[in-house]
Amino acid sequence: MTSADTAQPEGPKPSADAEPLEFRAATKRYPGSPAPAVDALSLEVPAGEICVLVGPSGCGKTTAMRMVNRMISITEGDILLGGRSVRDRDEADLRRHIGYVIQQIGLFPHRTIAENIATVPRLLGWSRTRIASRVDELLDLIGLESDIAARYPAQLSGGQRQRVGVARALAVDPPLMLMDEPFGAIDPINRDRLQNEFLRLQAQLRKTIVFVTHDIDEAIKMGDRIAVMREGGHLAQYAPPAELLAHPADDFVRDFVGADRALKRLALQRVRDVPLHQAPLIREDGSAAGAQANTDVPYDLVVDGAGRPVRWGTDGAVHRIDEDDTLRDALSGLLASAVQYGAVVDAAGAVVGVISIDLIHEVVRREQPA
Amino acid sequence: MTFVLAQVPEGFYRDRSESDTGCVANNGVCPDWIVDNLDRYVDPFLEHVWLVVASVACGLLIAFPLAVLAYRRRWLIAPVANITGILYTIPSVAAFFLLLPITGRGALTAIVALTAYTLLILFRNVLEGLDAVPDEARDAGRGMGLTDGQLLWRVELPLALPSIMAGLRIATTTTVGLAALAFFAGAGGLGEPLEADKAFKSNVLVAGGLCVVLATALDLIILGAQRMMTPWTRSRAAS
Repeated sequence: MTSADTAQPEGPKPSADAEPLEFRAATKRYPGSPAPAVDALSLEVPAGEICVLVGPSGCGKTTAMRMVNRMISITEGDILLGGRSVRDRDEADLRRHIGYVIQQIGLFPHRTIAENIATVPRLLGWSRTRIASRVDELLDLIGLESDIAARYPAQLSGGQRQRVGVARALAVDPPLMLMDEPFGAIDPINRDRLQNEFLRLQAQLRKTIVFVTHDIDEAIKMGDRIAVMREGGHLAQYAPPAELLAHPADDFVRDFVGADRALKRLALQRVRDVPLHQAPLIREDGSAAGAQANTDVPYDLVVDGAGRPVRWGTDGAVHRIDEDDTLRDALSGLLASAVQYGAVVDAAGAVVGVISIDLIHEVVRREQPA
Repeated sequence: MTFVLAQVPEGFYRDRSESDTGCVANNGVCPDWIVDNLDRYVDPFLEHVWLVVASVACGLLIAFPLAVLAYRRRWLIAPVANITGILYTIPSVAAFFLLLPITGRGALTAIVALTAYTLLILFRNVLEGLDAVPDEARDAGRGMGLTDGQLLWRVELPLALPSIMAGLRIATTTTVGLAALAFFAGAGGLGEPLEADKAFKSNVLVAGGLCVVLATALDLIILGAQRMMTPWTRSRAAS
């Protein structure tokens, strides 16, 4: 048994670039079952994009995902990673070079956070020092303090565990990540935060990702492309989110994306992408801060020395909205705090503009198909 | 060929004429006698330790691979559980009798019988521990490219340790008690002085007390080892 524990001879690889993934009529049939679980699935995922497999339970989305790293064997057809059939590769080696995140996360309870993250690097025979520095790097990347490294999974919150799960999957910088409902077990508030964090991370990393969910909202939010699947492992439509919402291929897809398609499209746009209002910016000492040419908000917004919003006028509480938020989140935030205007801030917290419900309505009205 | 059981050196423990104070003559609990005669119990005690350690070690050596095998090939569970279950129900003295023609008088007979008694407990606990490994840890491990062997040694067995160690503790404590009957097979142990002078309270107290001390000590050693080997089970309280 110990021979399997020794390091792989191939040694460490340099950080890999994302690779394209292609399903070629990939089919999964279980013996004794007449209908295939995945039926001749064909789709291409360009390198560096998130492909979301979405559909009702029993549609074969998880099966399709698990065929990629051969956790489930391919009956017919093929799956190509970087142009190379996954069927030609050694099973264990293939899996070590594909990030794997599941809903229950599956951290090893008996291993510390650092050891969990080091799982695949150790399998690949990385040196101790290389592993240690990679663990530090990853903890930093996912925004966790390094003192967490020596703790055990049971000592972490659900959200922290989820982040560690992602870090563990990223450990050897794989060209492809498989994520099966990665945020499914997280409460809605934290799920939203983790989704945003992950999208920010993906903007840096540009991995090819296959992301499975049953939640169409999550699919729309996370996906560069969405594959809607229906029972029997059929692909109903494969399109970018905006196209899916604007032109559902059939009644099944139309029903599945839901009646609130217009609202969902708001989730596709970020606050930074719409022309924002500008308010007169005033410093706390009363002097004007910055150019005040075209202000269209009738209230003064008081900012501190770093340009961060402090209050409206003399005593109005400010509702802050991150410029990376979606219009849907922004609208929801405005409705929730029952305010007319929200101050849009950048990553440093400085004001970049002002958003209102009217402005969001304007965006919807402009884009609504006649 | 006759089998003579319980060949106790008659008179060895009874020979207390020299110190025939009132207490000893009355079969009482005599601290002076205990202090003077404690060295007589060293050899039976060491024999007892050897019987227990050897039997539990052999039991683990047999039950552990069987459980690992049955974990992968589930059809093995029923036959192994049945056979070890039957072994467990044979009265120990009967087992010594049955083994005498094969293994003869001595430690071997006792160890074979005592080993047989540990199998059911150890097999069950190893298997239970492996079955309790969270599915998601197994799935994540496979998904990250651990081979079956790596999964077993690096994930499944470490996570089964608390259950395995719990089985070891039960098996050890039980065996300390059963080994007190090993003198029937001519294997010595603390049962021998106990049987030799059952009427003398000082003797019964020391021999019986040493059994209890041994059981407790072994239990604490295994518990300590478990604590050291499973630090993650303690960390939960800190969360």
